Parts: sequence; C-alpha cells; structure tokens
Amino acid sequence: MSHHIIEVNNLQYTYPDGTRALRGVSFRIVHGASVAIVGANGAGKSTLLLHLNGYLNPTDGSVRIGDLPVTKKTLKYVRRTVGMVFQDPDDQLFMPTVYDDVAFGPLNLGLGPEDVDTRVMNALSIVAASHLKNRPPYKLSGGEKRSVSIASVLSMSPDILVMDEPTSDLDPKTRRELIELLKTFEHTKIIATHDLDMVLDLCERTIILHKGQITADGPTVEIFQNEALLAESRLEQPLRMQSCPVCCRST
Amino acid sequence: MTKIESTFFDIGYMDRLSTQETPIHRLDPRAKLLTTLIFIVVVVSFDKHEISGLVPFFVYPVVMIALGNLPLVYLLKKILLVAPFAFLIGIFNPLLDRELLIHLGPVGISGGWISFASIMIRFTLTVGATLILIASTGFNAVCMALEKIGGPRVFAIQLLFLYRYLFVLVDEAFRLVRARSLRSFGGRGMGIKAFGSLVGHLLLRTLDRAQRIHLAMLSRGFDGKIRLMRPSKMQIADICFILGWSTLFVLMRLYNIPQFIGKLVAGLVQ
Repeated sequence: MSHHIIEVNNLQYTYPDGTRALRGVSFRIVHGASVAIVGANGAGKSTLLLHLNGYLNPTDGSVRIGDLPVTKKTLKYVRRTVGMVFQDPDDQLFMPTVYDDVAFGPLNLGLGPEDVDTRVMNALSIVAASHLKNRPPYKLSGGEKRSVSIASVLSMSPDILVMDEPTSDLDPKTRRELIELLKTFEHTKIIATHDLDMVLDLCERTIILHKGQITADGPTVEIFQNEALLAESRLEQPLRMQSCPVCCRST
Repeated sequence: MTKIESTFFDIGYMDRLSTQETPIHRLDPRAKLLTTLIFIVVVVSFDKHEISGLVPFFVYPVVMIALGNLPLVYLLKKILLVAPFAFLIGIFNPLLDRELLIHLGPVGISGGWISFASIMIRFTLTVGATLILIASTGFNAVCMALEKIGGPRVFAIQLLFLYRYLFVLVDEAFRLVRARSLRSFGGRGMGIKAFGSLVGHLLLRTLDRAQRIHLAMLSRGFDGKIRLMRPSKMQIADICFILGWSTLFVLMRLYNIPQFIGKLVAGLVQ
C-alpha cells in the first residue's frame, strides 16, 4: 500500500453520558505527513485518536484509513495499519517481559516464530532497547518504558503512527532523544500533545482542536505566530518563540 | 517506608531469585511444576495420623534449596507468614480427638495432637515446595508451564495479568495511603470512613486502567487469544528429574522408611 492517507469527514461523537466531545471534525492527512493535534484539556484530542483505530464508532461522519472506511469488517486491517502509542506506558506494556510485549502484536498477526523474532529484535534495536528484552516492564525507568512501548508498536510495522503525549513524564534529555528518534521515522505521524516545542521540531502541520471543533489547520510556524488564536484555544506560544527572559530583561 | 511497602517489595526478591543460573533453574518449568504437583498430591494423600512417613519427604525441599542456591531463612520466614492459616485449621483437632494414641512414659499423646502435628508438617512441606517452585522458576514461567501442560488457558492468563498489575496497583495504593497519612498527622485520618472511599477510589482507578489496557490490547490485534512465544523443549534431564523424584515420592509413600530403619536397627541390637 502506498497511500497511507487518513481522511476524517464531519466526525461527530457524543459520549453515552451526553458529553459532545467532537462536533464535526474534518481533515485529510497525506502519506508521510507529520501532523500535530493540539488543544486544551478536554478539547477532544483523545476522543479523536480513539476513532483513528476504530475503538470508538462515530456518532456521525466517517473515518477512512488508506482506501477503506473504518468499520467492523476492516478493523483488523485498520489496527495493523495504525499503530497507537498510549500516553501511559503502563497501560501498553502488559506482558511479563519486554520481549513478550513487543512480540504480542506480531504474534496476533499470525506470523511464524522466526519472523516474530526478527521483528522484535529489529523494533527493539530501532529504539535502542535491545538490552532490555528480558526485563519485566514494571522495573524500567520512564524513558525506557516509553521506548519499549514505541517498539511494541513498531514491531507490527504500521504505516501510520498515532501518539498520545509522547513526551509527557520524560526528563529533558530523554525527551530530546525521543524527538530525534521520531524524526528518523518515515511513517505518517499524528501526535496529540501539549508540548508545542516538540511540535515545532517534528510536525510541519498543526491542527488546533477547541471544544470539539477545529479552529485552525495549517503550517505549524504560521499557526504558532498567531498569538490571538492560540490564546483563544487556551494555548501559548512554544517557549522557544517567546522572548527570552534573560536577554530581554528590562534594564 | 511503611511496613506494608517493605513487605511488598519483598515480592520482587522472589523474582530476582528466579533469575539465577543453577542446575535447578535451568530445568524446564514444566518439569518443576509437574514434580511439585506430584509431591503435593503424595504428601497430602497420607493418613491423618501419619508423622514418621512424612519426615523423609523433607529430602526434596532440602535438595532443591541446596542445588538451587535458595536462601533457607527467607523461605522459612515466608512459610511462617502463612502458617496461621494451617494453624487455625488444625488447632481444634486436639479438642475434638482426645483418644490417646501414643504413650511416652507417663505422658499420653492424643490423636488430635498427632493429627495437628501432621497437618503442620504437611503444610510446611507443600507450601515450601510451592515457594521453591516459584523461587527457582519465576512466577511467569510457572503460569506459562501451567498453560502448556493443559491447565485452563483463561486461568493461566488471569494469573499472569494479576502478577503483572499487582505492581502497578500496589503502587497506586501506596500513593493513596501516603496522601492520606501526610494529611492525617499521625492520627488515623478519619478512620474507617476515609478508608472506605480510599478503597472505592482504588477500585474505580483499577477499572479505568483495565479498560485502557484492553484498548491497548485491541489496538495490537488482540482477538481473545494470548499467543506466547517460548521455544522450550523437554530435555532428557527434565524427564529424568520428573521420573526420579516421582519414583522416590511413590516409594516413600509405600514404604515407611523411618520405621524400616528403626526395625533394622532394633534387629541388629538384638
């Protein structure tokens, strides 16, 4: 498949308790693009992500991954194509050892033992975590957990990577390493985050969600220069774009 | 660190023990699991007043501890920890069964006391064997072996998940307890009332987490079956291990060795 397109059309979702989380969201992400979805807490980012791998069914509207609409029938294809990295690695690493966890996806795809082994070792070496393979996940540090949870998704060789707050809870150095790692990926990437500095590094396009609607969709740099728009969406300019407190100190 | 915390981190110690490299650790988990099961069945199958016949069975834990390089004192402490359960089961026997069975000089010992002693010995043997199994194999491998020898899959996987999330859950519980104790200034922090909502919170968080884990499993193609990759083969050593021990257990069950030796010695003296 060469067309790893994501197309979301007038997506609406209302939770069973009546909360309208998404009110008509539409966008199209082309093959190889790297797109950030930003917005305040409760803007609907997570709800949107859950639609991309078919965990939630739209109340109205549609989601298409590649050439297929996301329905019950295409779920298997969709979940193989869209790899999802969760915010809390402890939710994602549920197997007794790192190796088992990374092997979980490929085994469910029905691959043979040798293929699974190659994929696991390959995925672990990409995130530089091969040495962790026999460790139990609960004994890893936060950064190691994050690397392994990315490996556990890479081992399924997805075409599209969906990440929820990949840099949360990481120390600055680990965060930087993660950003450098993500830069090397050629997948279509969708990143939901509050870390706008990372967005500046990774994503050429940004979508702002506010109260379940898209308030802006365009080149990252342009959007981040529009302070009024950011303030309206309860966001702030990335620190790097704000004036430096040391150099600009009034004399 | 509170007491509950230090007790809990002990569980991790069992895990560390299971990563050693000794002849016992290298055996296939299934071999150790089967042998342990046979051991337990044989020990439990004895008559309720049996004591002397049980004593030779201590050879199994002793050999395993020695060859497996396991810490004896630590294991004994663990056995002591669960001992109250067996104690409660057996403690009423001396009251119910007062028939005198043995006379040691002027002191008569009733059947109740003997069966109580028998229960405690059995308890020590079976719990000891189980702890040795886990310490020399690792909990995960035991679950895997259980599934491989035909135990119910759902059960094995439940155990596996229980063990995996025990750590996360207990972590969460600590945070709740710590938050409470930091604001209760040495007192009991509203006592049972706060405790109730604390436990309720923990349950809700657990449910939330379960849902997220299920979601994570679904997005990696989970379809109700857990597939595990563990290329393990029973070697000749494993089969010898099972057969050797089982034969010994059965022999010790059929022949009361201490009595036999006693008779032999008595015969020689005469």
